[in-house]
Amino acid sequence: MADKPKLALYWASSCGGCEIAVLGLHEKILDVAAAFDIVFWPCVMDMKYADVEALEPGSIDVCLFNGAIRNDENARMAHLLREKSKVLIAFGSCAVGGAIPGLANFSSRDEMFEWIYYQSPTTENPSRVFPQRRTDVAEGELELPAFWNTVKALAQVVPVDYYLPGCPPEVQSIELAVNALVSGAVPPSGAVIGLNIAVCDECPRERQDKKISRFYRPQEIIPDPAICLLDQGLFCAGVATRAGCKARCPQVGMGCRGCYGPLDGVYDHGARLLSAIASIIDADTPEEVEAVLDTLPDPAGYFYRYYLPQSLLRRRARENGQKQSAAEKTPVATPTN
Amino acid sequence: MTESRVGVYVCHCGHNIAGAVDVEHLSEWALDLPQVVVARNYQFMCAGTGQELIENDIREYGLTHVVVASCSPHMHEKTFRNACERAGLNAYLFEMANIREHASWVHPNNRSAATSKAKALVSAAVHRVLKHQALEPMRVDIQPTTLVVGGGIAGIQAALEIADAGYPVYVVEREPSIGGHMAQFDKTFPTLDCAACILTPKMFDAGAHPNITLLTYSEIEQVEGSVGNFRVTVRRKARKVREDVCTGCGTCWEKCPVKVVDGVFEAGLGYRKAIYRPFPQAVPKYPVIDVENCTYFKTEKCRACERYCPASAIDFEMQDEIVTLTVGNIILATGYDLFDPRRIPQYGYGRLPNVFTSLEFERLTNAAGPTGGKITLRDGETEPRSVAIIHCVGSRDKAYNEYCSAICCMSSLKFAHLAKEKTNAEIYNFYIDMRPIAKGYEEFYHRILAEGVHFIRGRVAEITDAAYGPEEAGKLVVVAEDTLIGRQRRVPVDMVILAAGLEPRRDSQAVSHLFGVGCGDSGFFTERHPKLDPVATVTEGIYIAGACQGPKDIPDTVAQGAAAAARVLGVISRKQVLLEPVRASIDESRCSGCRVCNNLCPYNAIEYLAEPGVSRVNAALCKGCGTCVAACPSQAITGAHFTFDQIMAEIDGILIDVSDREQSPIEVLA
Repeated sequence: MADKPKLALYWASSCGGCEIAVLGLHEKILDVAAAFDIVFWPCVMDMKYADVEALEPGSIDVCLFNGAIRNDENARMAHLLREKSKVLIAFGSCAVGGAIPGLANFSSRDEMFEWIYYQSPTTENPSRVFPQRRTDVAEGELELPAFWNTVKALAQVVPVDYYLPGCPPEVQSIELAVNALVSGAVPPSGAVIGLNIAVCDECPRERQDKKISRFYRPQEIIPDPAICLLDQGLFCAGVATRAGCKARCPQVGMGCRGCYGPLDGVYDHGARLLSAIASIIDADTPEEVEAVLDTLPDPAGYFYRYYLPQSLLRRRARENGQKQSAAEKTPVATPTN
Repeated sequence: MTESRVGVYVCHCGHNIAGAVDVEHLSEWALDLPQVVVARNYQFMCAGTGQELIENDIREYGLTHVVVASCSPHMHEKTFRNACERAGLNAYLFEMANIREHASWVHPNNRSAATSKAKALVSAAVHRVLKHQALEPMRVDIQPTTLVVGGGIAGIQAALEIADAGYPVYVVEREPSIGGHMAQFDKTFPTLDCAACILTPKMFDAGAHPNITLLTYSEIEQVEGSVGNFRVTVRRKARKVREDVCTGCGTCWEKCPVKVVDGVFEAGLGYRKAIYRPFPQAVPKYPVIDVENCTYFKTEKCRACERYCPASAIDFEMQDEIVTLTVGNIILATGYDLFDPRRIPQYGYGRLPNVFTSLEFERLTNAAGPTGGKITLRDGETEPRSVAIIHCVGSRDKAYNEYCSAICCMSSLKFAHLAKEKTNAEIYNFYIDMRPIAKGYEEFYHRILAEGVHFIRGRVAEITDAAYGPEEAGKLVVVAEDTLIGRQRRVPVDMVILAAGLEPRRDSQAVSHLFGVGCGDSGFFTERHPKLDPVATVTEGIYIAGACQGPKDIPDTVAQGAAAAARVLGVISRKQVLLEPVRASIDESRCSGCRVCNNLCPYNAIEYLAEPGVSRVNAALCKGCGTCVAACPSQAITGAHFTFDQIMAEIDGILIDVSDREQSPIEVLA
């Protein structure tokens, strides 16, 4: 028991799908349990932060960290697990690139609070009660972790050893990583564990020369099952997105949304995708270009769905004078992928 | 791997750079940039001594990379690359920082800002050059055949020069005959020798030359490839006359019953038949059927030409033919269009019958023209007693063309002389400035002055037939301010000649796209350098000659035709060209075969291979434009010499913070 490598899993700002994905290993989870000594997995086992704090630095061999960093608690656990882990893996698209929580970077914290706690149609909050950092109760003062104005990827807060993208990472991707770690055949530090080719490579749909004269939303047409979705005007990020999922979404008629992120060496997934899509728009005049683009609702959401915080943009421009908190500002490491 | 050793050379460019940038400080500062082992400043880096400085340092310091901070790479990149090569350093391990156009010239009065900006540019170049890779230029065999586009005097001259040197030439001409505008002229200034007498022998030579193939009545549809190997697709429009059997005897047009106003060669003043040869000395001699006016093509009846043709050369079924030529070099000599004076309604052209264009007057006075050389009013009979010649019509006028059309002063003087000589009419030349600037021109001007022609300095406001008094009744009145006497004048005349300016061909934009040459806002093709490279273009292997490059007279046009030919012969004699190795290539291991790039290449250099499902760049066709590099969603395509690493390093370099030492350029300029 004592000789087995120690494994930790943590869930920061994310939906929990990544935890389910680990369980999706089915009976292979027993191999994981056999190969590793699981020291920390709050989703499954009852352990406190204090138990982690009590560990020696570097005593965890591998930590699978899922979720983005959007508050002080996420950041605190990122720093703690970094200190205690030999190998820290950004597990899933939220940890790798900020992903869906990262879309909050198109708004400010105040705008979000205003909508979520006051304006949204299903909210009844006439006295405008908003989350407070500190609240006095009979037992004393309660404190909530500070909610950041900007969502960050894990590597923008602490150094990360490997990246395992996916929303969630597919079982075969996890197996790839687990096998690499168990066998010791790990890629060079800083690498994304996975393939370095786009989704199209795994997609059986037939592709032609591309010219898009308008975009369709999925409910507007029934796509030909054998032809490339992008060729049919259905937005598909597969051209710019790392393979590894066996083109699951395109295979069932839903365009890729880009969760596996860009290939190695690409600085900005959204910009790459945007530049590719813009290149194949069938238009000669600015007006025609506008008309084609008008058929694509929410371009920012399409192009930057999973990798906004990690992109060159990072977020919508802050208004003048709007400051970052000290915690948000401190360590900014650019992911090496 | 040996460590990188960078040399930085800051050029003063006399005062051009040193006047605004602190060059001493800049070169000293550059020593702190990564891997810089030597940094110098020198008065003229492009001079032989400046280049030797680089060569000696490469040998002495074992430099692995060189940065010169001076002018635009357009100016001297080649110079410094050659210097590197001479010292044994690969030319592509060199980078230029443009601190003249980008710093000193744009901030002449702000030394601190100019110096800070120059630092940022030098830093960008040093960071970038460290990522450079040694590249070797590509060698391509040159096809010795040349294509000349346009059969006017420029094209004829160029074709004859090349053909006489022993190399094959194709001449593609849109009209049924070569000859161009010059074939329409009567006399040529300043010597007054007849245009036909000096042109037609050249036309004949071009038609008979064993090395020249004329493709008249033809247009170019597509151009692919690059210097040494262009593939050109030509549409040979159906003449409906078989060139292999036609003898040019003329029976067909004698028998043809359809008379058509000749709007091209006779400028609308004369007639031709529906089967016609534009003019008697046409080369080739074969006629062409104008299918829009031919009775047979309208009613399927007539066939007179076919019936009478002794050679059975008429072929009503003849279709357009597409031919593909492979040529090593191309000369564009597409000429000009005349400014349409209808655009100046106050001059009355098209409304007042006796207002003529310069080209109409050329036909009127031409012995082979519709009046047999008799100068008459529009009625074809009356000889004018007085003639006004208006200079600068559509030229030197911001409402039309700001430029000077260069030839109108001299052709107006020529018209004055011819009209005076043939009709003894009173001649009034209305000019803004006289510009008889070439050899023998000023003398010609004085000769015309001596002949008693009146010169009135002032732009014409209006030409009207509304008479103020009996002396103006039935006349055209030219209204102008005579700026030399400071008075408004009304000059009644019988005839007005508008010296219309020269404009680019109406389709010059399309032609420039077809051949990949530049074309400024004015529409004239852009030369590589206005002074030092006037007949080359930015596209290797494509040259320009004559009025398609800008308004010019016959001597200059002939000179350019010969110059372009000399350039082409120079390329041919090298047998091979070295092409820039700046090319795109696809990393097939990361190409997913998404096919985003397939349609984008302007040079059709990308092909998709269904097996193994990847796209591939044909390096011989690629011109390194980078369109596919930017579009590739997998970043599987790299542009050599413009790799992502190089560009990001350049950006990292330019974003250095110089504010801790002095003001940052952004603050200063804000």
